[in-house]
Amino acid sequence: MGEDTESSKVNHSFLRDYVTEADVISTVEFNHTGDLLATGDKGGRVVVFQRETVVGHKPKGELEQVGETGESGEYNVYSTFQSHEPDFDYLKSLEIEEKINKIRWLPQQNAAHFLLSTNDKTIKLWKVSERDKQPEGYNLKDEEGRVKDISTVTSLQVPVLRPTDLMVEVRPRRVFSNGHTYHVNSISVNSDGETYLSADDLRINMWHLGITDRSFNIVDIKPANMEELTEVITAAEFHPHHCHLFVYSSSKGSLRLCDMRASALCDKHTKLFEEPEDPGSRSFFSEIVSSVSDVKFSHNGRYLLTRDYLTAKVWDLHMEKGPVETYQVHDYLRTKLCSLYENDCIFDKFECVWNSSDSVIMTGAYNSFFRMFDRETGRGVTLEAWRETSKPRAVLRTRRIYTGGKRRRGDVGVDSLDFTKKILHMAWHPEENIIAIASTNNLYIFQDRVSPDTQGPDLGSNTI
Amino acid sequence: MANMYSKGTKRKFFDSVDAAMDNKAVLYSRQRQSLLDMSLIKLQLCHMLVEPNMCRSVLIANTVRHIQEEMTHDGSWQLVTEAFGGSGPSDHLVATEVLCRSSALEQQGGGPKLYSVMGYDGCREEEVVTDEALCSVTFSDGAPALLGTIDHCWDRAELRMVAVEDRVIKDSGSEVESGEGAKTVMGQVFGTFEIKNGAPGSDPALEELFSAVDASYYDLDTMLTSIQSTPKMGPYNLLDSMASSHGPTSNSSCRTDLSELDHIMEIIVGS
Repeated sequence: MGEDTESSKVNHSFLRDYVTEADVISTVEFNHTGDLLATGDKGGRVVVFQRETVVGHKPKGELEQVGETGESGEYNVYSTFQSHEPDFDYLKSLEIEEKINKIRWLPQQNAAHFLLSTNDKTIKLWKVSERDKQPEGYNLKDEEGRVKDISTVTSLQVPVLRPTDLMVEVRPRRVFSNGHTYHVNSISVNSDGETYLSADDLRINMWHLGITDRSFNIVDIKPANMEELTEVITAAEFHPHHCHLFVYSSSKGSLRLCDMRASALCDKHTKLFEEPEDPGSRSFFSEIVSSVSDVKFSHNGRYLLTRDYLTAKVWDLHMEKGPVETYQVHDYLRTKLCSLYENDCIFDKFECVWNSSDSVIMTGAYNSFFRMFDRETGRGVTLEAWRETSKPRAVLRTRRIYTGGKRRRGDVGVDSLDFTKKILHMAWHPEENIIAIASTNNLYIFQDRVSPDTQGPDLGSNTI
Repeated sequence: MANMYSKGTKRKFFDSVDAAMDNKAVLYSRQRQSLLDMSLIKLQLCHMLVEPNMCRSVLIANTVRHIQEEMTHDGSWQLVTEAFGGSGPSDHLVATEVLCRSSALEQQGGGPKLYSVMGYDGCREEEVVTDEALCSVTFSDGAPALLGTIDHCWDRAELRMVAVEDRVIKDSGSEVESGEGAKTVMGQVFGTFEIKNGAPGSDPALEELFSAVDASYYDLDTMLTSIQSTPKMGPYNLLDSMASSHGPTSNSSCRTDLSELDHIMEIIVGS
């Protein structure tokens, strides 16, 4: 039970190492098969990684031996493109950041891949496609593409497609602009495959993927008098199966489930999920720490996962009066809230994710730590995404924060936590136990070798 | 420089307050005060090149409102208003009411609006011009005006400099001899949230009361510096770095107003 007990997580690879501020990763997302992984950064770029398909890849379900070389599925850079450029709002004399706030993949319908990427104001649909053949043998053009002198053409040939080196082309297919007055924080593709929602601080719009010049406003919480504004929208997501349902979270810690069949404007929620405040623990920071930074439906569509500053909560869609599970992510910070308010860390927005079978949830913390909680046992582990202590193919060690009692070797004291190293963005492979963790400008991909598939990763007997 | 209160009176006032609270309460109220100050500073520093994070601003504003409500409930709000000219509770309520109507006033005209803030010495009501440029500073009674300014950050086309009305200049000019003048102007600008006036030669008793606060944050000079890109040379340059990091967002039309303000400040500060 000591901290040296190995977890079954194997550090797979380090793929990005940047030195500039613009390279801070701001979003991470697997596509629906998990073969592609997209990251967006503060400089407006998107990098897409593709999983290698290795010949002789072991079928799912079979255990792989730790230490074997040449295993399946390393992620390599597939394509890089500049999604958004910095912009300027002339009316307000303010810059519009090019930082990519969110990326969402569309379900694949043909050989090409489509993703939506958004900055604060504009959403773009990108088509990522491969080209590995090229037509050759034109009659009217020569090899370089110049038009031939027609008098030199003496015979006709049929152009043929010849294989060439693989080229990945990325083209913007749609630009959804001027839909938002405030900053877009979420986008979510609907299960109908035709529409998606985008949410800013006060409004949620629904778009059709094919129509860029208009959108439907489905939620508007802007008060008539802005002086009465006390609550903003922090995240929104469509239900994974029901195309008429979506949820949005607020800065006051509430979740609202809305049914678009009920009315065109879903200001009136169908269900309101709110945990009554504990009067005993009320402080000046209560509201701030209750603000929900991320909300995610479970894959089965029955639960919601939310993250607020100190906890991660699982809610049952059928029970509005409170979460069914609450996980303390870093409760030792509860006594430090004033300092964290002072240095603005209290406003950090951590994301949270489900594993493929909805049995494990994961979220980030400080000091390059991230946490995983097994829902069945209620136990959590702390893991670290930090280059110095991790080598490729090394086993991830669990970490502990020292909060009192017997201090063990390797425990980290609360006061020595590095609050600049925050794990805000992460993603979990849709089918396997592969996770992608963004740590400022580094991307870590970890893979569970022992139980690579849908069952939860073996967290061992470590408890935090 | 005549003080608003004679030292003896002030001391007695302070002692009676002290006797009424035990150490814990004093500590709590100081912590609360410091939290309030911190929050106000955070809201002030919203004038950057990029639009500020609305969620963060709203949460901070709610915290400020929460503190203000609590201070109102336990009576410490009385102390703040009384310290600045003996405004009774009725004056305070007037201020609240007037400020809640401020948005209606604004809609009536495009220019800067006048807000009755609070009485001075119980005599006459000074009026102060607030302008969306003051933004996060003009929260005379906390949340309503605060959030109006948040709106201004987002909805207004440009930041306009504060233009102090002639009337205010005249009024405050007549009290320039005393340190009260400084307090008046500051009080007008910052309303009941003022912690300390900006003039260095201010009432030491008041300084004691709010000693935890570094008032330079609230000085009009530095506040304006954060909006204007030209660094303002004055005794209070704490937000200078903010100013110098700003790009070319200033308007030349602001400069005349700024020099006007400079002039006023010089008179007040006596430098």
